[in-house]
This record gives sequence, C-alpha cells and structure tokens, in this order.
Amino acid sequence: MELTLWTYEGPPHVGAIRIAASMRDVHLVLHAPQGDTYADLLFTMIERDGKRPPVTYTTFQARDLGASTAEKFLNTLQAAYEHHQPKLILVADSCTAELIQDQPGTLAQTAGLPVPVVPLEMAAYSRKENWGASETFYHLVRALLSNHPNTSLQAGSQERGSRPPRVNLLGPTKLGFRCRDDVREITQLLESVGIDVNVVAPLGAGIDDLFRIPEADANVCLHPEIALTTCGWLERTFKQKTIKTVPLGYGATRDFLQELADVLDYPIDIDRVSQCRLPWYSRSVDSTYLTGKRVYVYGDGSHVVAMARVAQREMGFDVVGLGTYSREMAREVRAVAAELGVEALISDSHLAVEQAISELRPELVLGTQMERHIAKRLGIGCAVISTPAHVQDYPARYSPQMGFEGANVLFDTWVHPLIMGLEEHLLHMFRDDFEFNDSAVPSHLAHGDGTLKEVDAGDVAQGNQSSLLWEAGAEKELKKIPFFVRGKAKRNTEQYALDRGLTAIDIETLYEAKAHYSR
Amino acid sequence: MTGQVLASSAADVSGDFQPQQERGQRAVFCGLTSIIWMHRKIQDAFFLVVGSRTCAHLIQSAAGVMIFAEPRFGTAILGDRDLAGMADCHEELDRVVAQVLERRPELKTIFLVGSCPSEVIKLDLDNAAQRLSREYSGGVRFVSFSGSGIETTFTQGEDSCLTALVPSLNQRESDQPHLLVVGTLPDIVEDQFRRLFHQLGIDCVEFFPGKSSTELPEIGLNTQVVLAQPYLGETLRALQGRGAHHIPAPFPLGVAGTAAWFYAAAAAFGIPEGRVEEVLQAPRARATRALSALRDELAGRRFAMLPDSQLEIPLARFLALECGMTPVEVGTPYFDATVMQAEIPLLPAGVSWIEGQDLDPALDRIRSARPDITVCGLGIANPLEAEGLRTKWSIELLFSPIQGFEQVADLAELFARPLRREAKLEVGEWS
Repeated sequence: MELTLWTYEGPPHVGAIRIAASMRDVHLVLHAPQGDTYADLLFTMIERDGKRPPVTYTTFQARDLGASTAEKFLNTLQAAYEHHQPKLILVADSCTAELIQDQPGTLAQTAGLPVPVVPLEMAAYSRKENWGASETFYHLVRALLSNHPNTSLQAGSQERGSRPPRVNLLGPTKLGFRCRDDVREITQLLESVGIDVNVVAPLGAGIDDLFRIPEADANVCLHPEIALTTCGWLERTFKQKTIKTVPLGYGATRDFLQELADVLDYPIDIDRVSQCRLPWYSRSVDSTYLTGKRVYVYGDGSHVVAMARVAQREMGFDVVGLGTYSREMAREVRAVAAELGVEALISDSHLAVEQAISELRPELVLGTQMERHIAKRLGIGCAVISTPAHVQDYPARYSPQMGFEGANVLFDTWVHPLIMGLEEHLLHMFRDDFEFNDSAVPSHLAHGDGTLKEVDAGDVAQGNQSSLLWEAGAEKELKKIPFFVRGKAKRNTEQYALDRGLTAIDIETLYEAKAHYSR
Repeated sequence: MTGQVLASSAADVSGDFQPQQERGQRAVFCGLTSIIWMHRKIQDAFFLVVGSRTCAHLIQSAAGVMIFAEPRFGTAILGDRDLAGMADCHEELDRVVAQVLERRPELKTIFLVGSCPSEVIKLDLDNAAQRLSREYSGGVRFVSFSGSGIETTFTQGEDSCLTALVPSLNQRESDQPHLLVVGTLPDIVEDQFRRLFHQLGIDCVEFFPGKSSTELPEIGLNTQVVLAQPYLGETLRALQGRGAHHIPAPFPLGVAGTAAWFYAAAAAFGIPEGRVEEVLQAPRARATRALSALRDELAGRRFAMLPDSQLEIPLARFLALECGMTPVEVGTPYFDATVMQAEIPLLPAGVSWIEGQDLDPALDRIRSARPDITVCGLGIANPLEAEGLRTKWSIELLFSPIQGFEQVADLAELFARPLRREAKLEVGEWS
C-alpha cells in the first residue's frame, strides 16, 4: 500500500484509452465497474475533445457480481460492436475487473466478431498509464503487422533509389503534451529537408495506416514512453532503424536532423534549416539576467532529459535539481543529473517532489500541473513542460514544444514567469519600497504567480546556531540578500563565526564570510 | 400554488409513479466522488480511500482542478504485494494511517473508504476501523464506509458516509423537539436556513454533517428529520432506526420547493400556518422577483437530464413548474420512493422518467429529440456541445449553492447561461 494524495499518472487502462482515442476505426471494450467512465472527461474536458473516447465500459455493479459479469461483458461487447462498427476491437480489464478474472480477452476472441480482437493485459496493480499506452500500442501494431509480407523481406535494406526518404512519427497521443502541434512542427521540418512522413501513429491513424508502417525507412520515436517498445519490435521485425533523439530544444532538434542524416544516409544542410530565434534571444543582452537562474525540472522522463539541456545550455540557467515520475527512464534521467552535478529524484510521490522544491528554493520550476501548484504555494514562478497537464496547457494557438518553433515557444514560456532584468535590479536596490519589494509579483503579472516571495522568518531561522548573536545591523543587512540564497548566507556566516570562536555577528562578519565562501 | 398546498398533498401519493428501468453502460461517477465536497465540509476529518490508482485518479480528475493546498483526502493504493496476502493489508493500512497522522496530527476522524477493489478482495475495513479506533483511543476515531462503484453512485457516497456515522450519534435525553437537517449544504445556505428556522420559532436545529466530526448531533424519539438532499435514503432509514421521525417534504430547490420544505418542517413542530406565511413572505417574494426575469428566458425551452446526481427529479420539477420548461426525458441513477414521496405528486405528466442508464441509446434519443439543454456528466457535455446541443454539467449543481430562496435565481441562471451564450456568440457553427 502506498499513500497518494495526487497521482502523476492514471492507471494503465487509461493509457489503453489514450491509444484508442488517438486513432480512427478502433474501439476499446473495457471490463470495468461503474465509476470508471470518469476517464471520458480527461479527453472531453481537459483536451476539449468533441467526441467521447471510443470506449464502451461494462460498468458492472454489485448485483452483477452475484450473477455473471462474464455474460455482461459479452453483451456489452456485442452491443458496442453493433453500435460503433469499428474495424478493430481492443479488450482490457480495469483494476477491479482484473480481480474477478473473467478473462474478457479470451471471451472476446471466441465471440465470433467479424473484426480482429486484440486482448490487452493491463497489470493494474504494478503498472501505470504510460506503460499501459505503450503496451497497447505495441500489441496493436504487432497484432496487425505480424503477418505482414515485409516481415520476410529485409525491409530496412529495401532500395530507396531516387525516391525521397520516408519515416514514421511514432508516439504522439491524445492527452500527451502538445502532441497535436509537435506533429505539425516536425512534419514541416522533415518536409523542409525533403523527408516524407509516411505514417503518424497513434495520433490520427487508422488501421490502414498502421499496415503501411513497414513501408518507411526509419521510425522517429517522438515519445519514448509510448513508442520505444513498438520501435524496438519494428526494428527487429522489419529492420527499420529508430531515430531516438527527441527534437525538444534548439540543440536537440539539430542533433535530431543529424541523426536522420546519418541513419538515412541522406545529406541534410542543417544550418540552412535551423531557423530559430532562441539562439539570438538567448544571446541578446536583455537575457543576461537569465544567467544562473536556479531552475528545478520535473516531469516525464523524456521531457525532463530534454528540458534540462535547454535550461542549462540554451537559456543559461542553473539546473539545481531534477526528477521524474517515469521509473522506466530512471537511468537516462540519472545520467543527465550526474552530468549537471545534481541529485535526481526518481519518485512519483508528489510530497517528495514538493519537499525537494522547497529545500532547493529555485527561482523557476519547470514541471507538471502538480508542480504549478507547489510553485504557487511557495511563490515561485512555474512553466508546465510535461503531462499531467491541465486544460490551459492544451492551448487554442499553435504552440509546439518540438522543433525550432518549439524552441521559440520554450524561450517565451519560461521567461514569462520571471522578473525582468532591470526590474530585478531595482528590487534589490530599493528593498524597503513599500509597493515594490521582493514579495511583490512581477509587474507584468499583476494577478499571477510572483517569482520572488519572502521566505517565512521561520525558514531562515532553521538551523540557527543559538549561541550566536546577530547584531541588528547585520540582521538588517542579511534581509537585503535575495531570499533564495539568504538561508545559505545565514548558515555560512554562522559557521564562519563559530569556526573563529565569535559570539556575535556584525556586518563585518557577514561580508568576511561572504568573501570566504565565494573563493 | 402555495408551499402549504404542496406539503399537505404530498404524503398520501406515491405508488403509481414507476420510472422505466434501463440497464446497460452507465456514465455515472462512483460514490468516491462525494469526498470532493465532504472533505471540505467536515473540517477535522481525513478521507482515506483504500483502493487502486484508478480511485486516486478518479477523485482528482472529477475535482477537475487542484485547488486544495493540501487535500484532506488520499488513497492507500493497493499493489501486487497487498493482493498476494491478506494478512499484510492490515499492517500496511496501519502504516499508511500513521503516515497520514504524522502529517496531520490535528485530525479527529479518519474515514476508511472502501472501493471496488477493496470490496472485491473483501478487505474488512469495518474491522480495521474498530481496531484502529482502539489503538488511537481518545485521539482519533476511525469510521469506515463504502464509496465503491459496484455499490454506490456519485452522491450516494455521502449517503454511505452519513449512514456509517449514525451509530455514533449520542442518544438525546432532552424532551425538547429537535430538528435535524440532513445532507451537505453550502455554509451560506445553512446560515440562511438557520435564520429562517429561528424566525419560525424552531431554535433547536442541527445540521448533519456539520463542520466538526466530533460534535455530532444527538438523536432521540423527539428528533424530526428533514432531508436537504435527495440522495440520503439509507441515512434516513438509519436515523429512523434510532427513533427519529421523517418529515416528508419536497426538496428546497426553487421558490415553491423551498416554501414547501419549510411548511413541512414547521407543521411537524406545530407552528401555525399564518406564522409560516408571515416569516416566509419576504424571502419568498424576493426570490419570485429574482426568478421572473430568468423565467422569461427559460419558459418554453425543452430539457433532458441524463442520470447523474439524484438531483434530477426535484430539479425537473423546479424547471417545469417554476421556469415553464418542458421536460423531454429525465433519467436518475436510482429511484427511492421514500425519499421522493413528496416530489412525486408535483411532477409534470407526459415525461419519460428513466431509472438506470444505457448510454448509447440514451445519447441517440437526445440526438433525435434535440432538447434546448441537456443536464449531464462532465464526460458527455462537450461531445453533445460539438453536435450543436447545449448542456449543463450536473457536477456544478453539487458544487454551488442552489438551495433555498436566496439561491433560486442562481439555480435558474445555471440553466439560462448556456442558452444566453448560444444567442450571444457569433463564431460560426458551434463545433
């Protein structure tokens, strides 16, 4: 048993629904108790889908447990087929149905439906949403393509001749982060270098599209959480190479193009197509104030890996900590953390993330909607970079994260919650201004989440070396130090004083200590 | 039609009202959803769901926004290890409870809330609650109830919770007649009702649930119970089992409904009708005035309700009788004749009343009837909107003050706004 206040991922069957909802022609029959239909609102409310996801739930109740839930499943399956007329049916258990062991997958396969039935095992008590989506996509693709004629060919080595190279974009789904816009951005980018997009899946794909997957020269794994398993199988089965660089950020997008060029043995003039404002915006003098801003990064594995790089190397921030709820990506995230010399938090406990953020006192949090709430509470600016996300992170405007336009969007989005350069200086110069101080919000966010909030006196008092006396002048001076380093400055000064056998701290001690520790 | 007439004609009619039964796919939340408003109402309690990740995801998704600084609910998520051996589960639960109390030492009550998985594996939470109550005796009380989807729908979770609290209500010794208003009400409505009861001369009024889980109302042979919410049948029966008397009344929705509700309560306390008339006159006139403009917007419009919150029957009565709207089809998750006995005589004729649900055929009927507005759950609203049909989320009816005279216009406004919006927008086709 594990205590959870908020969960980052839903159960695995929600991942299965995401795959079904992303596609055409597919219907999921889910053996589930009354109540599990809440999953509909994730799609229709959060992503504003104009259609219910293609799911029929058996919604069994206590009275059905006494009779036959298996029969209820078969009736629901038949009714769902007749009403929705899909080309393929997925069948799964939700957590409760898994316990009553009706084996709906087996039942459905023997029900004599005129369309293929793909049974799914969702492992509700050990796995989560992204795993469920990944498994569903994998089983769906495998079921359709196992008998594909290309399996006997050395498909990857098929001669391209003079035709342009073509790739599949695999992984984008409903309820993914900005998938709609990322697909458009990456498709345009590939077109601009003369590479055709063969199939995008699961988002927007029909069954016929999945049959065409083997016709591509390589698979672009846009979302490893969803598509890496499938890409691995396609690589083994059809000798299709996997493009693994996720094009999130300016540098990663260039690396992505380089990987395509190498894998496809196809020349790409990367400099010509690298039309992006991020490099200049980041170099422009106005951005100097971004240097060394303390940033915490948390989200799904692939976004955290990519965003940490953008934050550190393209924005010039200092990543002071990072973490992920994707245990599957723990190794990659740890590697990035090691490179940055920080600790990686591999945990899906909202409370652990909250603790890490409050201890590190970053000036900006790049996280999920949960971190937005943590940041709001702590008075820190926040930008959302990963699922789970709320309705405002499915914006009306074109707002990709991937590719060169995506890098522009990242720059704008991350700078927005921060206090601008000169305003920050003035705040530090005139600390006692009654309406313009470090607990005030940035002037362009009058009702927004301020990024500098006065730390509770108690926070600073923590770890107080009680034998030391702070003279009034020194204490006042301490308050002029920016809040996010104030606690550290206080501790350092006290340690410095103790080491030298001092009993009182005056302004001189404060600056002596500052000089000592800045070496 | 006066409230007094409504109240007195209510008791003897029911029997012949039989909604049509439907079985099939249901798009209704489970009882765990009640925790969203109950954990805000009862301020010294924590709701610990013992269930799966689905349970945790459901509650946070239904709450829609993460507005709570620190929610007073959480889920003890069962894992493979818990399912392997039952003995372990109780130790694990103890550990999780200790974790909750370490974070929130001020808690007075922890509700152990059963879920579909905990019911199916027959995890005995009643037993666990008793055991934990003994262990933490004097400090924290543990009460268990089920919010599972196999046993409860949406609002029924509150019924199940309050029913579980009834045995711990103290026996009332006083001879003074005593009114117990049952069902979570917004604080502002509770205050308004308390003032009106006071003016009527009923001073001994208690609300259940209240803000505190330890200061529960007493109950005795001279306790009169009036329901403020239409989903509390089991709670009512448990209270009757403790000797309380039920005051059948329409629900306090709309001017007539609220008046009838007060008349019924006053009659049970022997308060002369003239006095009731006098006390209710001003708020009633005010509410009628406030409603009149909205009535003009709503009259003649057709509405449908898909089963969701149990509020469907009294709301349909209000929309038909007081707003001049025409019900096309009204579905309700389940029908409780005792709870609804005073509503039934008021219901308009020629309406298709449905108990239970079969979602796909129900949506097909809505598509062909094309009502002006459909009251439905969150999952279905946008799909209907995209087909050019206006909707009202039923969950909003649970999250906003809609009961009582002062809220009548607010209630009508919830239905008028989508229609007004449609008239206002010039953005091409709805979808």
